[in-house]
Amino acid sequence: MADVLSFTDRGIYCPAGDFYIDPWRPVDRALITHGHSDHARPNMGRYLATDGTAPVMRHRLGKIDLQTTAYGQVTQIGDAAVSFHPAGHVPGSAQIRVAVKGEVWVVSGDYKTVADGLSEPFEPVPCHAFITECTFGLPIFKWTPEDMLTAQINAWWAANAAAGRTSILGAYALGKAQRLLTTVNADIGPILTHGAIENTNEVLRAQGITLPETIPVTPQTTHKTHPGALVLATPSALGTTWTRKFGPSSTAFASGWMALRGVRRRRAADRGFVVSDHADWEGLNTAIKATGAIRIFATHGYTTSFQRWLSEQGYDAHIVSTDYHGETLDADEADA
Amino acid sequence: MKDFAALFTRIDESTKTTVKTAALADYFQTATPEDRLWTIALFTGRRPKRTITATRLREWAAEVAGLPDWLFEESYSIVGDLAETIALVLPPATESENQTLTHWISFIKSLSVLEDDSRKAGILKAWDSLPSTERFLFTKLLTGGFRIGVSAKLITRALAQATGQEEATLTHKLMGNWTPDTTTWDALIEADDPTADLSRPYPFYLAYGLDGFDDLGPPADWSAERKWDGIRGQLIVRGGDHHLWSRGEDLMTDRFPELAQLQDYLPDGTVLDGEVLAFRDETPLSFNALQRRIGRKTVPKKVLTEAPVILMAYDLLEHLGNDIRDWPLHKRRETLAALVQDVPSAAPLRLSATVPFRTWDDLSAARDQSRDLNAEGLMLKRRDSPYLSGRKRGDWWKWKIDPLTIDAVMIYAQAGHGRRANLFTDYTFAVRNGNDLVPFTKAYSGLTDAEFREITTWVRKNTLQRFGPVRQVPPTHVFEIAFEGIQASPRHKSGVALRFPRMLRWRKDKPVDEANTLDDLKELLATFG
Repeated sequence: MADVLSFTDRGIYCPAGDFYIDPWRPVDRALITHGHSDHARPNMGRYLATDGTAPVMRHRLGKIDLQTTAYGQVTQIGDAAVSFHPAGHVPGSAQIRVAVKGEVWVVSGDYKTVADGLSEPFEPVPCHAFITECTFGLPIFKWTPEDMLTAQINAWWAANAAAGRTSILGAYALGKAQRLLTTVNADIGPILTHGAIENTNEVLRAQGITLPETIPVTPQTTHKTHPGALVLATPSALGTTWTRKFGPSSTAFASGWMALRGVRRRRAADRGFVVSDHADWEGLNTAIKATGAIRIFATHGYTTSFQRWLSEQGYDAHIVSTDYHGETLDADEADA
Repeated sequence: MKDFAALFTRIDESTKTTVKTAALADYFQTATPEDRLWTIALFTGRRPKRTITATRLREWAAEVAGLPDWLFEESYSIVGDLAETIALVLPPATESENQTLTHWISFIKSLSVLEDDSRKAGILKAWDSLPSTERFLFTKLLTGGFRIGVSAKLITRALAQATGQEEATLTHKLMGNWTPDTTTWDALIEADDPTADLSRPYPFYLAYGLDGFDDLGPPADWSAERKWDGIRGQLIVRGGDHHLWSRGEDLMTDRFPELAQLQDYLPDGTVLDGEVLAFRDETPLSFNALQRRIGRKTVPKKVLTEAPVILMAYDLLEHLGNDIRDWPLHKRRETLAALVQDVPSAAPLRLSATVPFRTWDDLSAARDQSRDLNAEGLMLKRRDSPYLSGRKRGDWWKWKIDPLTIDAVMIYAQAGHGRRANLFTDYTFAVRNGNDLVPFTKAYSGLTDAEFREITTWVRKNTLQRFGPVRQVPPTHVFEIAFEGIQASPRHKSGVALRFPRMLRWRKDKPVDEANTLDDLKELLATFG
């Protein structure tokens, strides 16, 4: 049977429907899994994405030719039947299922299998071939359970507030920031937000997602106007002079990379909370198994080891090279 | 172990010295005396003996976690720390025990007399009963190393806070070859007399690099000596015996047996600070000669004849059993000179001569002769300075010669370990030879974190080929490599080996075809080798 999808230097391509999924170079027709900047890029002729992803794409990409779809709804494009299914990564994020003549391939984009209370929970989609990320595809990555994580963050914030310190927490503007917002205990103090995060908050609120009250940081905002505050900032804002206005403070990063002590220490933040919008080792393995697929294509992350591991588990596993970068700590890429 | 884990977490979570010190001081007031003593020991490099090999630990951890060996190794190369890797891959503990730090250390010691099966059973049970931080620390103890960002200085500061004693006194008390098996908290910390242990050295006084003459005052206040290129050593003659300590608090007595005769010539109660140097015909040999003796526990005759050593003494810390560190330098040196005078010249002891000068320009000229004398530069010491402990500004300065440098091309990159896991920080460099590139050195340090991040991003996008953890990259970036010495080496393709190579600068302005050549490197070898 012919391959439903092929891997080109523009992105993942479907010959039967003449479209691309999350392409990184301009193409006529692009299907988008979610709104992060390495997946939803500008300058495509036409876009197709979920209803939940559309507002963020419009916000980030401006005026685009965008058609939207609900989860599970089938769109026929050429000879390909296409549908979007929750990926649990960020609100609106999807795996894209492509069926051609009974052969089913699924592009998972970025995903996580545990429910975060905000994104539509990941849904296993049976398929013949599964295209997966493996940003955290090593057995050293095991995420802290959600309730323990929330307790850790709240305890940190409360202790800082009691000691007269501002708590500055670095997190991605789309997804992680809102996920943290919905889990922290807003009774501890005011929640301030960096501009990039607040913009995304507004987009999500406008589409009906409930978030606690947040106060955008203005030039007048200081630790004196808002004592004991939790400041949500983009990773690149941490460690800059911007944080000085909050007086004595404790800084923290929320990232899957914080599972590693070396990385945690290199960031020179006071704390690292292990939280990610990607699947951990267990999550990746469970998700792949649940698809029932035999052919697996690993895109970004620890592809070499992950491919070998999957091969040893009996899968027909391959590595494909893409321009996605998953969860990164590099300042220039980290604000996605 | 819960309180020790809590201490570790408080220290590890903070980048602020005050917070770390406070955490330690709290601990020194609340933990059991045995645990306190072990904590000091661990943080000053006195770890329990290894009773289990790292290979066994890896095998067992991979087995319990259900991982193939290669995947465990792959994980280890990313994490960069064996104990941390083990703690991360193991399934969560199913039981919980709260024993003291001292209990776990005794447990580790007890493994030495057991059969492999019983060791394994014991360790697996321990892993299954310790929550993650404690499991990491326990495994860290098993693997030996215990570097977790606490310096000896921090320990003494915290002890000073906890006990109300002077930092300098405590630093002195913590020196020497004690272990928690040979002493107690009371004897080590609470007792008054730091010289009770006859082998105990004084803390070394360390100099900062000179950053100008402006604040030094008149040249006449200063005395200069050569900065010898050997191994700093403190020779102790007490109670009819002698000990030689390195700056890193290693006992080197047996490595340099020729110094033993000095105990016959020096009065009892003498402590000298100086440099162990390979030395022949009244001339220091290059560091390369001495290098053959470093790391050897015993010294064969051949090496003794080929690279005989002396102690080039430059300071006297104890005279006739009295601590004279607060005497002014000139007085200590006069006394030292008199002592050396009385030692026959066949014995391996010399006085490091002062370098006469009237102006800073004179001194600069003297510094230019350093390489010819196999010296690393000059030491500048205030004539009336006391002998302080640790690295202090103001009275002692080192004025090193500039390193040798060469512009080289980066051809391979490898990720670092620990704090640098996930960053490409270890590079292989080549010089040009016609159209070829000949690798000649590796270097790991000298760049900023931002530069390392920039190169890491570039390496990820420009990998030509992978050899395990090593990535081959296109020859694009030129770096100025600095090094302290060069010697011929038949083991290396390039025919040279460098001493202490590091990256001085990233030469973004230089294209590859302007990097240095193998001939340039050989010329350096001919001149400085």
